[in-house]
Amino acid sequence: MLRYAIRRLLIAIPTLIVISFVIFAVLDLAPNDPTGNLPLTIDAETRAKIREAMGLDEPFHIRYAAWLNQFFINEPLNIIEKSFDTCFGSTCQWEAVRVPRAEHWAGVEVHEVSDRLRIRSWGTRSEVVDLIVERAPQTLKVVGLAYVVAIMIALPIGILSAIYQYSWFDQIGTFVSMVGFSVPTFFTGLVLIVVFSTMIPEDSMFWLPSVYDTTHEVTDWDSFVYQVRQMAMPVAVLGLFNAAQISRYMRASMLENLNLDYVRTARAKGMKERVVILVHVLRNSLIPVVTVIAIGIPATLAGAIITEQIFRINGIGALLITGIQGADIPLVQTITFIFAVLIVFFNLIADLIYGILDPRIRYD
Amino acid sequence: MTEAVNGSSTARPTREKQRSLWGDVWIQFRAHRGAMVGVVVFTVIVLAVVFGPMIHTVDPTYADYRARNVSPSLDHPFGTDNLGRDMFAQVLAGGRVTLAVGFTAMAITITLGTLIGMLAGYFRRLDGVLMRMTDMFLALPQIPLLLVIMLVFRDSLRSLFGPEAGIFLLIVFVIGITTWMQTARIVRGEVLAIKEREFVLAAKSIGTREHRILLRHILPNVLSPIMVSATIGIANAIITESALSFLGLGFPPDFPTWGRLVVDGKDFMDLTPARVIWPGLAISLTVLSVNFIGDGLRDALDPRIRGR
Repeated sequence: MLRYAIRRLLIAIPTLIVISFVIFAVLDLAPNDPTGNLPLTIDAETRAKIREAMGLDEPFHIRYAAWLNQFFINEPLNIIEKSFDTCFGSTCQWEAVRVPRAEHWAGVEVHEVSDRLRIRSWGTRSEVVDLIVERAPQTLKVVGLAYVVAIMIALPIGILSAIYQYSWFDQIGTFVSMVGFSVPTFFTGLVLIVVFSTMIPEDSMFWLPSVYDTTHEVTDWDSFVYQVRQMAMPVAVLGLFNAAQISRYMRASMLENLNLDYVRTARAKGMKERVVILVHVLRNSLIPVVTVIAIGIPATLAGAIITEQIFRINGIGALLITGIQGADIPLVQTITFIFAVLIVFFNLIADLIYGILDPRIRYD
Repeated sequence: MTEAVNGSSTARPTREKQRSLWGDVWIQFRAHRGAMVGVVVFTVIVLAVVFGPMIHTVDPTYADYRARNVSPSLDHPFGTDNLGRDMFAQVLAGGRVTLAVGFTAMAITITLGTLIGMLAGYFRRLDGVLMRMTDMFLALPQIPLLLVIMLVFRDSLRSLFGPEAGIFLLIVFVIGITTWMQTARIVRGEVLAIKEREFVLAAKSIGTREHRILLRHILPNVLSPIMVSATIGIANAIITESALSFLGLGFPPDFPTWGRLVVDGKDFMDLTPARVIWPGLAISLTVLSVNFIGDGLRDALDPRIRGR
């Protein structure tokens, strides 16, 4: 198992390096000028100096290496320092001006004294990773809840559909899941908004807000109810889409197992149908489904960009879109690469889970 | 010399009526109710989009300011938008672009996927390299990457081919190069199994050239997974194009595609919800019917299910 894990890990590393290069290179081709938004009174010579100060006149490979260094070494070191209050090397002169813990992520004074270079956004002039850390909770809250809801709906539906294959339950379930992943999320989202935010009057119990308020804090029962209300639609949209996909996999996997010999053997031994299904078939059918669920996580996070746009959730997707609209290259590079890292990471996890659950996979 | 390759049952002695592989597939396909409904709906949509503008001859870009935000009537079956343009004409015109994107992007996906899958499956020397490349493409985050590529190449292609053709080429090409991987993997798997079969050995032993073996003997036998991927490809391309338009990185404003129409209509949802509903419904119905067709094809082409 360890050898298998190490081999998988070793494949992941070159993949990540190639991807980082592709993303960096593609974005480097973008027509962009970080000084383009500065006032016109600044003359060309000063602009050239600003670009030089940002390191933009360095050759491509130097900039790529610098970015890699910042992404893989400086930022992780920074995060470790922040979370454990330690420091590495000579970069901790800011010890004296340390701000209270709560302000660390926004603490500009801390970074200005530190000489460790970090990836900086052109648009907002703040560190890209700090922006991402600020935005991540919103995305994770909605997407995470939606995914959990999706799994909890999809598994029972998939299992029941397979057991009662071709029954009316199966027919309806299969049709609904087909609809669920055929209808694009932006359309379901807009339809829900039309129904629940505009057609239902605002004082009704069923009215739901169409704009997600990210500054909303849960302090008491009423604010909790509001939080539930504003999460209902985005979670429903994302949940339906994912539930549709997962339930199809679950059904197919159950069906494949139900016809195998070991199931007949179990029945022949006189086991109750309940035990046959829940202990024998279900456990084996869950193996591919678990990996599908793991691989689906990064895809769902990236797909949530659209859902965030519909409900105005101020998450990572919204950050990426603003970055793209403003040609904020470092921001876009970093977010895109983080998505790629997530994909590789969850693929690795899926492989490992598969290896643990199914011993046949390990020994090839 | 290679006639009997793709018809598995043609060699059998004739019973009352000769049955061919594709005849069997068709019989099985017809039994799939969802797929048949899908075929009908999809055909209706394609016909409406292709021939509709000849019957409903309203110019989709003509702005009739006296008839703004009109609800559906005989003159304007889907109503009009905030500039008085006829929605029905816009949905028809948008459908042409959306379906064109869907079909072209699917063609690119299938061609690339089949080519790479066949090369990787047939030539062992290429297998490692091509499959590593496929894995790498699979690890690229599709939506962010699409957005990034649109951002990078939009302006240069726009100046090269004009705003509409440039964006069309870019979208189609970008969808094609980010979605061929599944097809390649499936095709490779099939080719790996087929190239060990006796008829390939026979062809080799009489000195058939490799490109002829690939085209005449192997390609017809991997057609079924390719056809299934093609349906998935169309559905994917239509959704992706709409999503790009929705995020503001697709076709230019006022150039109707279904995705674009949904975006333009979403700010007027209180007033004229029909502006979102019709194009959205068109996208959903198209994708749904194509997916059902794909499902039916998969069942019909699977010899383990066929004939049961």
